[in-house]
Amino acid sequence: MEKFTTFSGIAVPLRRSNVDTDQIIPAVYLKRITKTGFEDALFSSWRNDPEFVLNDPAYKHGSVLVAGPDFGTGSSREHAVWALRDYGFKAVLSSKFADIFKGNSGKQGLIAGEISEEDTEKLWEAILNNPGVEITIDLVNRTATLGELTVEFSIDEYTRWRLLEGLDDIGLTLRDESSITDFEARRPNWMPKTLPAKQ
Amino acid sequence: MTKTNLTLAEKVWNDHVVVKGENGAPDLLFIDLHLLHEVTSPQAFDGLRLAGRPVRRPDLTIATEDHNTPTLDIDKPIADPTSRTQIEALRHNAKEFGIRIHSLGDIEQGIVHVVGPQLGLTMPGITVVCGDSHTSTHGAFGALALGIGTSEVEHVLATQTLPLKPFKTMAINVEGKLRAGVTSKDIILAVIAKIGTGGGQGYVLEYRGSAIRDLSMEARMTICNMSIEAGARAGMVAPDQTTYDYLKGRVHAPEGQDWDEAVKYWDSLATDEDAVFDAEVFLDANTLDPFVTWGTNPGQGVSLNDVVPSPDSFADPNEKAAAVRALEYMDLVAGTKMKDIKVDTVFLGSCTNSRIEDLRSAAAILNGKTKADNIRMLVVPGSARVRLQAESEGLDKIFKDFGAEWRFAGCSMCLGMNPDQLAPGERAASTSNRNFEGRQGKGARTHLVSPLVAAATAIRGTLSAPADLEDN
Repeated sequence: MEKFTTFSGIAVPLRRSNVDTDQIIPAVYLKRITKTGFEDALFSSWRNDPEFVLNDPAYKHGSVLVAGPDFGTGSSREHAVWALRDYGFKAVLSSKFADIFKGNSGKQGLIAGEISEEDTEKLWEAILNNPGVEITIDLVNRTATLGELTVEFSIDEYTRWRLLEGLDDIGLTLRDESSITDFEARRPNWMPKTLPAKQ
Repeated sequence: MTKTNLTLAEKVWNDHVVVKGENGAPDLLFIDLHLLHEVTSPQAFDGLRLAGRPVRRPDLTIATEDHNTPTLDIDKPIADPTSRTQIEALRHNAKEFGIRIHSLGDIEQGIVHVVGPQLGLTMPGITVVCGDSHTSTHGAFGALALGIGTSEVEHVLATQTLPLKPFKTMAINVEGKLRAGVTSKDIILAVIAKIGTGGGQGYVLEYRGSAIRDLSMEARMTICNMSIEAGARAGMVAPDQTTYDYLKGRVHAPEGQDWDEAVKYWDSLATDEDAVFDAEVFLDANTLDPFVTWGTNPGQGVSLNDVVPSPDSFADPNEKAAAVRALEYMDLVAGTKMKDIKVDTVFLGSCTNSRIEDLRSAAAILNGKTKADNIRMLVVPGSARVRLQAESEGLDKIFKDFGAEWRFAGCSMCLGMNPDQLAPGERAASTSNRNFEGRQGKGARTHLVSPLVAAATAIRGTLSAPADLEDN
């Protein structure tokens, strides 16, 4: 994974709450077996609406999404993060994320930064006053800066460290392989086993 | 320092810590059971292949096909080429990595969350994961069951562990006795309406109280299934005699001395009397009505005896805006009686409500009746075994005589990944778990309901409770 420190890109105001992962990427796109190439799928139903924010030329090349509360609820599909990433998004800011979405983002290097509802409103206002304006995401200092306005976002310390260092989770865990082997030796016999299959 | 006053979730957590996280790092937890389906696993297997990593514990892993599978003509090749490719990828991956798989046509095939408990693999006190948010279902046994993303699927395949940050705990206390015609589905819809779709965020929920103790295992699974719809990471019910009676004798359940040891351990899991939850919610079972949704998220629900709410009744501006959007999408007018809403399709199925008790309870209402002219009804058992069981009890005949379609097992109309979909603008009463825009097909409108409401609705053609049938 690439290291993430700071990033600047066009801010996109998504003024909706409860954006569930079925809206971020409808199930029909989940049939693909690749991990890339989902840019066409992002918000595909909403993109049929000419009024939808990503159809506005000012936001078409957006890369930082500023969304309402409860972003990424519903299905666990990591495809939602892949679709955002493939479209070009590097960060999503919201006052509240669904847990699984937040976890998935961290695995793929997409920043899911939590900001207050008040700051969400301020950012929306600043963006709408200047459509196409750039925002800078600074992961070192946990800030998002748009012109004169700087807001702090929170992201858990461990995820931040991993993203700053560009570390792979599985590689990190395998450093503890001997502990896993020890744990396995202690497991009680009644625990479930799928093999050999019983009928 | 060891805490002695612990909740159920904390006990299961503590007994699975492989490495305790320090300086803000998450704990590394061992995973006892890993369930796979075709949608969220192909990219995980690709990752293993690229890194040259094997599956660490094929003996703790099991796969089934459910999301893409058709529920008609299952003996023919899958017509949709992309669905077929995804199913074939799972079969290929299972073979290459030595994983047990139950494919379409196999007697153990079915929705992953129906299959695990049915085989006796889901047990109290274990950790269960699946690349599927409704993994919370398995918490009904007192397991810590988490839905995960594809990167985490790969992580578990490679290491049989997951780094996890501790959760907060929330008690959902449901006291009293449910009235006739009110089910566990109504409890969970009422809970979600009460705490909201983000209310459980960061929490593991524990469902407690006399009303929960009175529920069967299958009814508890319905409740835990929809914990994710309240935003929670997991939902749990403490194991008790009901749990043990359900589990005992299932093919993969412990036997003999192992069983006795297991029960001894399981009995120790209940939340200690002096344990403190981070949050508590109370719900009165005595006064609960059948619950249905009117909007486009599962928190937008009301009593079936109520009316479509006005957006102005929501103080929160986000909720108000969401209500305006939802009413437009659902083509509903505030103030309309829920019972006046006419539906086109009734779907009885999904990992929420496709088990044998769900089918029995609906069949008992439909028996000897005929469906409303405007209604199409699909009955989709959760697994091949549930289908066989239902047929051995003659339930299939009741459904068919009523005018419903009797299908093969799968996720079916719960989500738009297989041929079972609603047409744009079509309205469904659905026993599934999500009423999101487009969930059951592009432009489709969903009202989430219990199996009893689904059955009564199929008879009357408008959203109805079994009690409404007695008025006729």
